[in-house]
Amino acid sequence: MNQKTKRLPRVSMPMQDAQLRRGNFSEVALGYTLEQARTEAGRCLQCKKAPCQLGCPVEVDCKQFIRHVAEGRLDEAYSVIKATNSLPAICGRVCPQEKQCELKCKLLPTGQPIAIGRLERFVADSYYAENPCDAVTGGDECRLLRDDLKVACVGSGPSSLTVAGYLAALGIPVTVFEALHEVGGVLVYGIPEFRLPKSIVRTEVEFLKRMGVEFKTNWVVGKTVGIRELMDEGYQAVFIGVGAGLPKFLGIPGESLLGVYSANEYLTRVNLMRGYRFPEVDTPVAAGRHVVVLGGGNVAMDAARTALRLNAEKVTIVYRRTKEEMPARLEELEHALEEGVVLENLAAPIAFNGDEHGRLISLTVQRMELGEPDDSGRRRPVPVKDAYFDIPTDLAVLGIGTGPNPVLLRETPELTLNKWAYIKADPETGETDIPMVFAGGDIVTGAATVVLAMGAGRKAAREIARRLGVEQ
Amino acid sequence: MPVNKILKKRALIPGKTTELTLDAPEIARKAKPGNFVILRINESGERFPLTIADADAGAGTITIVYLVLGRSTAMLEALEQGDSILDLCGPLGQPTDIHKVGTVICVGGGTGIAAMHHIAKGHAQAGNRVVSVIGARSADLLLFEEELRKFSHEVLVATDDGSRGEKGFVTQILQKRLEEDPQIKEVVAVGPVPMMRAVAGVTRPFGVKTVVSLNSIMVDGIGMCGACRVRVDNNIRFACVDGPEFDAHQVDFDELMLRLGSYVTQEKESYKRYCECHESKN
Repeated sequence: MNQKTKRLPRVSMPMQDAQLRRGNFSEVALGYTLEQARTEAGRCLQCKKAPCQLGCPVEVDCKQFIRHVAEGRLDEAYSVIKATNSLPAICGRVCPQEKQCELKCKLLPTGQPIAIGRLERFVADSYYAENPCDAVTGGDECRLLRDDLKVACVGSGPSSLTVAGYLAALGIPVTVFEALHEVGGVLVYGIPEFRLPKSIVRTEVEFLKRMGVEFKTNWVVGKTVGIRELMDEGYQAVFIGVGAGLPKFLGIPGESLLGVYSANEYLTRVNLMRGYRFPEVDTPVAAGRHVVVLGGGNVAMDAARTALRLNAEKVTIVYRRTKEEMPARLEELEHALEEGVVLENLAAPIAFNGDEHGRLISLTVQRMELGEPDDSGRRRPVPVKDAYFDIPTDLAVLGIGTGPNPVLLRETPELTLNKWAYIKADPETGETDIPMVFAGGDIVTGAATVVLAMGAGRKAAREIARRLGVEQ
Repeated sequence: MPVNKILKKRALIPGKTTELTLDAPEIARKAKPGNFVILRINESGERFPLTIADADAGAGTITIVYLVLGRSTAMLEALEQGDSILDLCGPLGQPTDIHKVGTVICVGGGTGIAAMHHIAKGHAQAGNRVVSVIGARSADLLLFEEELRKFSHEVLVATDDGSRGEKGFVTQILQKRLEEDPQIKEVVAVGPVPMMRAVAGVTRPFGVKTVVSLNSIMVDGIGMCGACRVRVDNNIRFACVDGPEFDAHQVDFDELMLRLGSYVTQEKESYKRYCECHESKN
């Protein structure tokens, strides 16, 4: 059987047509049907020692859930996934599976790996309307909440939601404090609707509420309330998952011209504030005709594809290295190219140029070439002498990275920071230098992925449960 | 969750400038002079900043003052006592750096007088001699004169048309005081950008420390986006987390003015739509 299944290609996922989708904000990937999912799951070799699980930062038992899918038992598949992953509908969509679970798939060397992400997504989507407690306790009732315990999560992005889900499943009451008016962190302000529909984030949050998690929006921890005060109020443990939200700027001339945005601002206006529906909603967003996006990660892809959907005529991604070095997910890069995004590789920004009204009209870049490998093993881009050129643009979006947000850190000087000014936390437990205060996700590692933040949350949650005497 | 109920609505300049007292105990407990809040009126609303003009930790209330200038402030104006604001987030920004230094001149223009009032009060409570200088186009557009008299050692008024106090600008009064009184240790100015820039110009030759509260465009107000970035001493700073107060002698006011105009067209369109919609309902 194995020899035969190996040769079958992976079942392709239905997609919105590239020409059609660049005109709307609806989800691009449409998801498997039951039949497609069962066919794809049937390709799984059901390895004795399944390496896919080890490739997953939250250790989803991929082999088991895929077997359930192949045999049509979606509820059991869902239980298996939910046992370690509190946000499967999200992970199935935004994880870089090609670098994680699917990279370990035994089918990879001789063919295409199992589409684990797509299957996870299919299971989560199919199981939506069901009771969240069911997956945790096998019944309609969630476990009784322990009234002697309470834990605070600061921030409501993927790491905090994971902590909340894990602890709530053990009956520990959790309060999540979020600074913005909507819960989800980067899932609601950063990742666009066409990649992750907001309704999915809301459903996942609704599940957590039904498990007893309390959400407090418009609470800026560090301003409205401090970490120390939370502990004084009786929270036995605090998890800090505030992300790395402070956008970096280049410090090159013309960066304050009208038309130059951080990707965080551009995406927040469009995603969180629904600026693409202006003037139906009140938040305006600049719609550029010739848009330039700086950077090569997922944020840059999201910004570029968003600009297309806001009717840009031309969108160019400017990146210092070559296409091969781009840190973005391969699938996102491919989608962007299909939709018409243009790549300008080996080009580094030198200056933004404006007209007499202070409006951006072009970006001067310098041609680069690849030199010797640097510490990370990647070949370092080296400027080509006197090779400058201008790219006409009326909207530039900087997706060049973020740093640690200072709001909470300034108000909590007791937290020890590492040399990159992120929070220092024990890699095994997530505990910071303040006892019973834990941290995880981008505020510890710097900007990384959703699932790595979830993995850190899971680790911290396990340790918190152990310290509170709820788990071994 | 805080309910953000409007406990009191008071027209300071009827139809134009209004003071709201809001039920916001968590914010009131922490609010210091110089802090601001971010508001969102309803589900389709935008986030926008307003300075905390006063806070009463005991009563659990904060006071905000706004000038009806566009869609969001018009939506705020349409709310009545007993209504609630959907989202209210704060206190944000760095509080004013207040120390006992001696004589401090607090300059306020237009709606900025409200923000200045909270800062001046802080200086008075710290034991400073506070000279409040306020200005407006005419007497009927002046705010908080009475409130300022309660703790200021002097209140000096300038109006463009001379209908109250001295005829002219606040900068003229300031210039005279700086010439006459070498004891002035600090100047604080809050108001329209041209006014704050003019104040910086007046105090610069005297070498007196001058602080201005900048009103740049904000979205999140917590350092996530950099919409509010300003150039101070040629460095990019975020007004929401590094400010909103900065050394007036180092602020690039031209760039601030430019960036405040980023969305003029959309702002007009949005306000026009609101007004038309509002009229057709009446």
